[in-house]
Amino acid sequence: MPGTANRPWYGTAPGVEGTLKMLEALQYEFMRNALIAGLLAAVACGIVGVYVVVKRIVFISGGIAHASFGGIGLGYFLGINPIIGALFFSLASGLAIGGIIRRTRLPADTAIGILWAVGMALGVVFIALTPGYAPDLMSYLFGSILTVPFSDIVLMLVLVAVIIGVVAALYKEYLILSFDEEYGTVAGVPVERLYLLLLAMIALTVVVLIQVVGMILVIALLTFPAAMARQFTHNMKTMMFLSVLFGFLFTLGGLWLSYELRLPSGATIVLLGGVTLAVSLALSRLRMRYHRIRRAA
Amino acid sequence: MNDPAIVELKDIWVSYGEVPALENVSLSVFEHDFLGIIGPNGGGKSTLLKVILGLIKPQYGSVSVFGQSPEQARSHVGYVSQRYSFDRDFPASVWDVVLMGRYSRAGILRRYDGRDRAEAEKALAMVGMLEQRGRQIGRLSGGEQQRVFVARALVAEPELLLLDEPTASIDSTMQTEFYDLLEGLKDSLTIVMVSHDIGAVSVHVDKIACLNRQMYYHGSKEITPEILEATYQCPVQLIAHGTVPHRVLREH
Repeated sequence: MPGTANRPWYGTAPGVEGTLKMLEALQYEFMRNALIAGLLAAVACGIVGVYVVVKRIVFISGGIAHASFGGIGLGYFLGINPIIGALFFSLASGLAIGGIIRRTRLPADTAIGILWAVGMALGVVFIALTPGYAPDLMSYLFGSILTVPFSDIVLMLVLVAVIIGVVAALYKEYLILSFDEEYGTVAGVPVERLYLLLLAMIALTVVVLIQVVGMILVIALLTFPAAMARQFTHNMKTMMFLSVLFGFLFTLGGLWLSYELRLPSGATIVLLGGVTLAVSLALSRLRMRYHRIRRAA
Repeated sequence: MNDPAIVELKDIWVSYGEVPALENVSLSVFEHDFLGIIGPNGGGKSTLLKVILGLIKPQYGSVSVFGQSPEQARSHVGYVSQRYSFDRDFPASVWDVVLMGRYSRAGILRRYDGRDRAEAEKALAMVGMLEQRGRQIGRLSGGEQQRVFVARALVAEPELLLLDEPTASIDSTMQTEFYDLLEGLKDSLTIVMVSHDIGAVSVHVDKIACLNRQMYYHGSKEITPEILEATYQCPVQLIAHGTVPHRVLREH
């Protein structure tokens, strides 16, 4: 098996033997890191994804994710960790999109389009200006959960803790904000500041997820688990717990499938989530039709 | 009238770009008024409520609510909007929505406490929705939702209640129930209700204002056909119960 020697996590056979190999693989540090990264990603995207889906700001999130590429480029250019560059760029672009939407007459999708494209273009220019070759560029674009270094795990842990803290403290405020902004304004909720803080949390989530599925596929983990969870509950807290659970199942299952089928892990995680969501939506449609027929009979 | 007005609008002008919505509108609302604002669609009725709430800033004119600016006065004001654009699938129960009304009492970063829950229970019982508290808000009928939103406005213990077309999405039996509910509230509250349903409004409210960009009339509810014609800018036919207009029809 060519190449297996330097890629020890590649299984040789599917099925039970492969699964055993997967368990064996857990002994490797990179595999443990991958699982921790997956869990942290699931928590971040599970919680923030609920707001993204419920408040219908999936494409604002997409814009923030893509604009963060500018930061990755800047990281290479300055010779610092590209993830730190991405953190600053995604925060700045999130606040910029929010500010434009709130304060100007520019339509939201125009603002998203501008930030999305300009961020990516800046990234390309920075990388072109950086002498030499940009190592690991593909892993930032498409994710590389198996090579997440420990230092980045620590950063992810901090970001996830910030997200949990903010949502725990402002849960009732964000419920009002997602449900009915006009009422929130009338009731005295600081709507605009909380909206910008939500975009900042999305920016942090993007940074957590870049490691797992890559910035181009981030939007999937922000959407699929929450959309799955929404079918099973009408309580926002329950939805968050379920969404974290689905996020973890997708990450773990996708990782295992990619190991079995020797496919890139980020894309496999996304495809597993997409297929599961499609099947589950189809099933709930069927169930609804069945109930309607039964009621009519 | 010696009491100072709760709401005092003076010479208000509002326009959306080139389109005027309110022209030189003045209005005084006094304590324990039950005021109905009628007028055609697009006549600026909702805009007027939003000016009182401070959601829309008038280009000219002054607004005072409880002697303060509209923003400062918001904690005394309950508001039920005309339309809600939330998803049917939104993950919130009736209970969650009514508790939102306690935000102005609880404030930021504080959890709802026992008193908040007791008030929410009371308000839900008042609108007859206590037994439905666990249901998802988007799955209720239009009338049930309307009652939940009224309950949400009431739990904030407002002194002034602003209702924008509260009966637009509910059927006529429910409308009667809804007006009975308002009857019960009007002794303890000042109510301003916007509606294009002249018949229902004139039966229930104590004072009427006719608004079509300009204020055509404002006072006790015995209005004449001439005023209604001026407001709606078309001939109206009144079938009167005494002096109370009951129905308005366009003349063909």
